[in-house]
Amino acid sequence: MTAFRHTLMGRLMADPLAVFAMAIIALLVVSALLADVIAPHDPAAMNLVDRFSPPSSTYWMGTDNLGRDTFSRLLQGGRIALYVALTAVTISGLIGLVLGMLAGFGPRWLDNALLFFFDTLRAYPTIILALALAALMPRGLSTVIIVVVITSFAEYGRVVRTQTLSLKNSEFILAERAMGASFARIVFHHILPNVLGPFFILAAMNLPVVITIEAGMSFLGIGVPPGTPSWGATLKDGFDYIRTTPWILISGGLPLILATLGFTFLGEALRDQLDPRLRKTR
Amino acid sequence: MMAALLVEDLTVHYDTREGALQALRDVSITVPEGQIVGVVGESGCGKSTLINALLQLLPENATIPAGRITLEGEDVTRASTRRLRQMRGQEISVVFQDPMTSLNPVLSIGRQMRDIQYRQPGSGAEKDRRSAEMLARVGIPDPVGKLSAYPHELSGGMRQRVAIAMAALMRPRVLIADEPTTALDATLEVQIIELLKELQQEIGCAILFISHHLGVIAELCDRVVVMYAGVAVEEGPVEDVFLRPGHPYTIKLIECDPGRLKEKVADLPAIPGSLPDLTDPPAGCIFRDRCDRATDICATPPPRKRLNGEHWAACHHARADAP
Repeated sequence: MTAFRHTLMGRLMADPLAVFAMAIIALLVVSALLADVIAPHDPAAMNLVDRFSPPSSTYWMGTDNLGRDTFSRLLQGGRIALYVALTAVTISGLIGLVLGMLAGFGPRWLDNALLFFFDTLRAYPTIILALALAALMPRGLSTVIIVVVITSFAEYGRVVRTQTLSLKNSEFILAERAMGASFARIVFHHILPNVLGPFFILAAMNLPVVITIEAGMSFLGIGVPPGTPSWGATLKDGFDYIRTTPWILISGGLPLILATLGFTFLGEALRDQLDPRLRKTR
Repeated sequence: MMAALLVEDLTVHYDTREGALQALRDVSITVPEGQIVGVVGESGCGKSTLINALLQLLPENATIPAGRITLEGEDVTRASTRRLRQMRGQEISVVFQDPMTSLNPVLSIGRQMRDIQYRQPGSGAEKDRRSAEMLARVGIPDPVGKLSAYPHELSGGMRQRVAIAMAALMRPRVLIADEPTTALDATLEVQIIELLKELQQEIGCAILFISHHLGVIAELCDRVVVMYAGVAVEEGPVEDVFLRPGHPYTIKLIECDPGRLKEKVADLPAIPGSLPDLTDPPAGCIFRDRCDRATDICATPPPRKRLNGEHWAACHHARADAP
């Protein structure tokens, strides 16, 4: 029925920025999935003879202080980054979506209570909260995910609440109610599609933030357990030897920059395409 | 003659910090089966409250201390939430003022029209066919193609036609038109009014047409109700009310209509003063403070004086129409 170029994917393919973003994301995803196949070396294997090797044909991005191949470790790190980012964004997004719509649609007292809750959580600086929680919980990826969920769902909640609230009082919702639409129909058929646009944009823009939080926590030594090849851990290793072997730091930052650019551009392209009023073509 | 919609002594209050705001006081309106009844009044006279009360979609802080609204013999103020939902759309439906905001911007026209038929039997294709038929009937070119269009791709006039098609799709017994032409320009206004007339003939529904445009009311309606500050001050057949107005407010309102001025004037006529405070309305006649005929008797509530047949005005000084 609908031609490909009229579908969301088709429209995204017509947008150079979106194509660029999707290419970067595809590169990251494929390299993370096929890390074991692509990696020229075992990411955990130490080779003390080749410590601090500069980039060469054997070690494409050099080696670190224990002689581990940086390129192989970054591929593995991509897995961790994507796993943490997708899990944390999905969980916090869903919590934020449900609470935000409840706040927007519910009675005034519930709205006030939830807003107070959101603001309380957002008042804590992410890193301080992360340090506090990391002190209470065992070190590991699930701690990182929990920290991200706690610090970020309030943002989704607020955006969704504001959208819901303004939609609730809009004339077309009144028109729908006047035509006998039920509560569920209004929420799921009319409010939700209007909320999802901004929501997905926020989620796409938040993915790189989450990746940086994981890297930051690992950099501070409260993220992944020692030895795990996360991007943050690679950065931390590189930072210690920045004067002598800058390539560790540079190669550790590269995928972080790529991921940030990719997801941010995707978010912007989605914003242009999901809102029918911003579409240039159909 | 049975009334499709009967509003009897309807009073609506809003709870505000300053106390109860009396948005509607003892309003009675009869909309006979298959007729077009106009409601005219300036901003703040309670037109929107009236619509929301008819649909039972008043805001949370509103109460109905007195009055009855009977739709096709059924009292909607006592109907269950479930029953109300059935009645909305099927028995009573609305066309709103601003076609720019009365359609969901992210759903296609076809999707929205299919959506409101969810109670009807039939496949999706069948519902689309019905939607396209209705779009064709309201004069939209390429109706099948327009089903996949989004609201922002249509002009204001087209959108209002779509909104009318949606309101008429379920063949309601009563159609409320809330200033449906205010947001449109003059040529479209005539077209939309013609369209409403045609639809009313075809579906046989009654229309409650709310407007502040006297010319439109005179053109379209069989009967008219004049409202001022939440009170119905005059009601009757259109010719009687406009040619032999009985209430001083109606007289002023007609004098202020720029459409009747034949020459260019420096100052448009206006009614001096402003609307009374509805949290503490004056006793007696509500229009007393702005009325140049006011006397001491106006401090007592005015009776509904029958002027001629079904034409009455709520004024102590109203005189019966000359024979």
